[in-house]
Amino acid sequence: MDYITTIGLEVHVQLKTQSKMFCACPAEYGVQPNSNTCPTCLGLPGALPVLNRRAIEYTVLAGMMLGCETPPVSKWDRKNYFYPDMPKNYQLSQFDLPLCLGGNVPLYAHCYPKDAQKDIARPEQLIGLTRIHLEEDVAKSTHAAGGTTIDFNRAGTPLMEIVSEPDIESPEEAFAYLNSLRQILIYGELSDADMEKGQMRCDVNVSVRPQGQEELGIKIELKNMNSVSAVRRALHYEIKRQVEVLKSGGELVQSTRRWDDDLGETQQMRTKENAHDYRYFPDPDLLPVRTGEIIEKMRSRVPELPHQKASRFVADFGISDYDASVLSSDRDLAVYFEAAAKDSAAAKKIANWVINNVSALLNEHDIGINDCPVTSSKLSALVDLVESGELSNNQAKEVFSALFDAPDAEPDALARELGFEPAESGEIEAFVDEVITANPGKVAEIKAGNDKLINWLTGQVMKASKGKANARQVGDLLRSKIN
Amino acid sequence: MSDSAAHLSITELQRDYRSGKRTPVEALTDVIEAIEKKDPGVGAYLSLESGIALRDAENADVTLPLGGIPIAVKDLINVKGQDCSCASKFLQSAYTSTYDATVISRLRKAGAIPLGRTNMDEFAMGSSTENSGIKLARNPWDADRIPGGSSGGSAIAVANDTAIAALGSDTGGSIRQPASFCGSVGLKPTYGRVSRFGLVAFASSLDQIGPMTKTSEDAALLLSIMSGSDPLDSTSLSDAVPDYLNELNGEIKGLRIGLPVEYFTHGIDPGVRQCVEDAVSHLEKLGAEVIEVSLPHTEYAIATYYIIATAEASANLARFDGVRYGNRAPDPNDIIDHYRRTRAAGFGDEVKRRIILGTYVLSSGYNDAYYVRAQKVRTLIRQDFTAAFEQADVLVSPTAPTPAFKIGEKSGDPLQMYLADIFTIAANLAGICGASTPCGLVESDSGTQLPVGLQVLGPPLGEGTVLKVTDAFEKTTNWHRRPC
Repeated sequence: MDYITTIGLEVHVQLKTQSKMFCACPAEYGVQPNSNTCPTCLGLPGALPVLNRRAIEYTVLAGMMLGCETPPVSKWDRKNYFYPDMPKNYQLSQFDLPLCLGGNVPLYAHCYPKDAQKDIARPEQLIGLTRIHLEEDVAKSTHAAGGTTIDFNRAGTPLMEIVSEPDIESPEEAFAYLNSLRQILIYGELSDADMEKGQMRCDVNVSVRPQGQEELGIKIELKNMNSVSAVRRALHYEIKRQVEVLKSGGELVQSTRRWDDDLGETQQMRTKENAHDYRYFPDPDLLPVRTGEIIEKMRSRVPELPHQKASRFVADFGISDYDASVLSSDRDLAVYFEAAAKDSAAAKKIANWVINNVSALLNEHDIGINDCPVTSSKLSALVDLVESGELSNNQAKEVFSALFDAPDAEPDALARELGFEPAESGEIEAFVDEVITANPGKVAEIKAGNDKLINWLTGQVMKASKGKANARQVGDLLRSKIN
Repeated sequence: MSDSAAHLSITELQRDYRSGKRTPVEALTDVIEAIEKKDPGVGAYLSLESGIALRDAENADVTLPLGGIPIAVKDLINVKGQDCSCASKFLQSAYTSTYDATVISRLRKAGAIPLGRTNMDEFAMGSSTENSGIKLARNPWDADRIPGGSSGGSAIAVANDTAIAALGSDTGGSIRQPASFCGSVGLKPTYGRVSRFGLVAFASSLDQIGPMTKTSEDAALLLSIMSGSDPLDSTSLSDAVPDYLNELNGEIKGLRIGLPVEYFTHGIDPGVRQCVEDAVSHLEKLGAEVIEVSLPHTEYAIATYYIIATAEASANLARFDGVRYGNRAPDPNDIIDHYRRTRAAGFGDEVKRRIILGTYVLSSGYNDAYYVRAQKVRTLIRQDFTAAFEQADVLVSPTAPTPAFKIGEKSGDPLQMYLADIFTIAANLAGICGASTPCGLVESDSGTQLPVGLQVLGPPLGEGTVLKVTDAFEKTTNWHRRPC
C-alpha cells in the first residue's frame, strides 16, 4: 500500500533589529554572556515591556512579501510555562490576533536539493501559510557536567514565527520551502535566516496516511534540526519509521520527537497527555497594535521577490531562465549583476561572467560578492572590451584577475600594462600573411572546404603575435585572404 | 515631642523649611525618632534607610517642590539599592532593587527622600496586612485590630505620625481601605495616570500607585509630581497633568454628588452608615447637590475581580522561581523539584490560594467560562460608571462597610475578607479614580475609637474634582487630623 505524507512547518526567524523586542538592550550576538540585559529582559520584579516598533514593521513587511493579510488590530498574549531560560516564566507572544494571516511561500526550483532538482513533483508549487506572529526569544541554556548556565543576552530578542499549512508533501519540498523562505527574508533584509547559526529554527509536523484515506494521519512533531539538510534527513527517517509502524499493524500516537543528527534517528520526547496547557491570556502591560499606519509605511519598502527579479532579468536583459534564476537566488549577486548590466549592450555576457568568472574568483578568495574588489562598473567596462573585440575572453580573464589585486586600475589601462595592446591591423595582417605563406598545404585544404583548419591557422597567428591579436579578428582576416 | 516634625503634613513641613524654622536633617531626625519610639507597637515599617536619607537631607534643596520631604514607600515599589521584599519570605533579604521605579525617580527629582519600606500584605494580596510574610501590623487606634490592607504599613505610618507621607498601591482598594481604617487620606489615581514601571505587579490591569497622606492637599501635591506619561509603561496615559493643588479652591457649590443605591443597601455597620450620612449632609451644606445613581452590576464586582486579578497574578508571580533571585530551597533533585519547593517555602497561603485560583480560571476548558466571561462583566461594570458619571460629578459611599476588624477575625474566611473591599473593588475594574478621607469615629465594642472613611469616586482623570471634594470636606471638618 502507498502512503501519503503531510508536512507542516513552524519556522522561527530572528529579526535583524538593533534592540530587543521589549527593551532597549542591543540585540547582538557573540558578546560577553549576560552583558546585554536590563530589568525588563531579566524579568526583574516591577519591570515592564515596551514594544519595538521596528520588529512590528519587519513582520508586517514579511507578511507583505509573502502575500499575507494584515488585520487592522493585533494583540499580545502571555504564554505560560516554566523553564529557566524564560525570565518571566511566561512568553510574550501572539495567540488569536497575530500580525499576519494567510499568504504563501513559492517553492523555487533552484531551492530544492541539487540531486532532486531534475525531478520536481510539483513545479512552481505554492505552500500556504496559516499565520505569522511575533514573540520574544528565550535565553540560551548551556548544559555542562557541573550544571547549567544561562545567557540572557538572547532573552527578549524579537522572534518571528511563520506557520505553514500542511501543504508540504515530501522532505525535498520541505527543504525547498526553507530555502525559498530564507531567500525571501534575505531579500527583505529582515534576517540572515541561517539555520546553522540559529537565526532560523524549525519545528516540523509530519503525518502519513494510507492512499485513499481522507483524514490526516497522526501528527508527530519533530524538533532539534539544526540545518536545512537535517530537516530533510529527519523527515526521510521519520516518514519511513511511521510507514513501517503502520505497515506492521502498529499505532502512532500524537507526540513530539527529537532528531539526533549523529545517530540519524528521532527519539520520543513527550506525548499529548503531558502536553503543556499554556493558559494564554491578553497581556495587560501592552496595548493592542493598530497596523494601519505601519502597513502604509511599509508598502513602499516591499522589495522585488526572487522570482519577480528573475522574470525581469529575462525580459530586460535577454538572459536565459537558468542564468536569471542563478543570479536572483543570491540577492547581492543579482544587485551586482544588474549594476554591471544596466548600461551595457553585453548583458548576456555579463551574466555569464558574474555566474562563472566572478563567482569562481570569489570562491577562491572565500569572500562574498559585497566584498568583491572589482566594482560592477569595472566589470562592465571589461566585458565591453571583450564585446568590441579589443580583448579576447582569455585576456579579459587575466585582466580581471589583475583588477582583483589592483581594484583602482582601469581595465583598458591594465590590459595595456599586461601587453594586451590591441594589435595594429597592419601588424596582424603581416602575421596572417606570414602564416598563410608558411602553410600552403593547410591553405589548400581550407580552400577545398575543410573550414576547421582556420582555427589551427588562427592559433599559429596568435602564437606569432604573442597573444596580442584578437582571435576573432584573425579568423575573419584569414578567411577573407584565403577565399 | 510636641514640636516634632513627624506630625506635620508636607505643606506644613515645607512652610517650616522655607521660613527657616526647621532643616530637612532636623525633620528627618524627628521622623526617625518617632519611628523608633512608636513603630515597634504597630509594625508599619519593614526597614529604614536612615543613613542614606539623612545624607540626602543634608543636601536637600528646599526650593524644589518636595525638597527635603521624607516619603515612606510600600515594600513593592523598587528603590535602587534598597531591599524590595513585597513582604514575602521569598524575597526577604534576597532581592535588592537595581533600579528606581518611575514614581521614585520623579519624586527624587522633585527633592523627596525615600525613607523606609512599609509593611503590606504579601505581594499586595489581602485586606488586613495579616498576610505579611514578615511582620504583624496593628491598627494605631486599637492594637487588637488590623490596619487594613494591603497598604497597611503606609496607612499606619501616616496616621501614627511616623511618616510625613507615604506611597501605597491600590489593586482593589489597597490604598483607600487601609486609609479608611487608620484615619489617613488615600488616593487611587485613574488607571494609567501614574506609571507602574517599578511597581511589582499583582494584577497589571488593576494596579495603581497612589499617595497616602495626612491631607488632600498633600495628595494633590504628590499626585502632580508622580503623574504623567512614561515611555517605560505602555499603559500610562499621555494626558497633560494639571497642578492638582491649584484646583483645591474649596468651591463645591452645585457639584453633583451621586449616592450609588446599591452601596447603601445592606451589610453596612450602623456607625459607619451614620458617619457617611452625616458627611453627605455636610457636603450638601457646602452647596453640593445630592442625587441617587445606580450601578446595577455591583453584585458581580467581587467575583469578577477575583477572576481577573488572580488570572493576572498567576502569570505575574511566575517569575518568582529562585532561578535569578530570591530565596531558594536547598538541594533540589531537578528543576521541577526546585520550583516546587522554592515556591512552596517562599509564598504564604493567600498568595498560593490566588495563584492556584488564577491558574485554574485560565486553564484550557475553563478559560471561556471564567476569564473571558469576567472580562465581559468588567465591561458592564465600566459602563455602569460611565452612565453614573453622566448624572453625577462624583460618587460618594463608605470606603469600607465596617471599621477596622479584629486581628484574626476574618483570616480564616477568605470570602468574608474579600467582602471588606466591596465598595472599592469596582473602581479598579472600571479604571476610574477615587479617594478616601476620614469622616468620623465610631466606638468599638472594646471601647476604642475607630476611624471611618468617606470614599469619593471620580470619572477617569477626575482626580482634580475628587480632591476638591475631599479637601473641602477636610477643611470644614478636621476629622483627618484627629490624633490616634
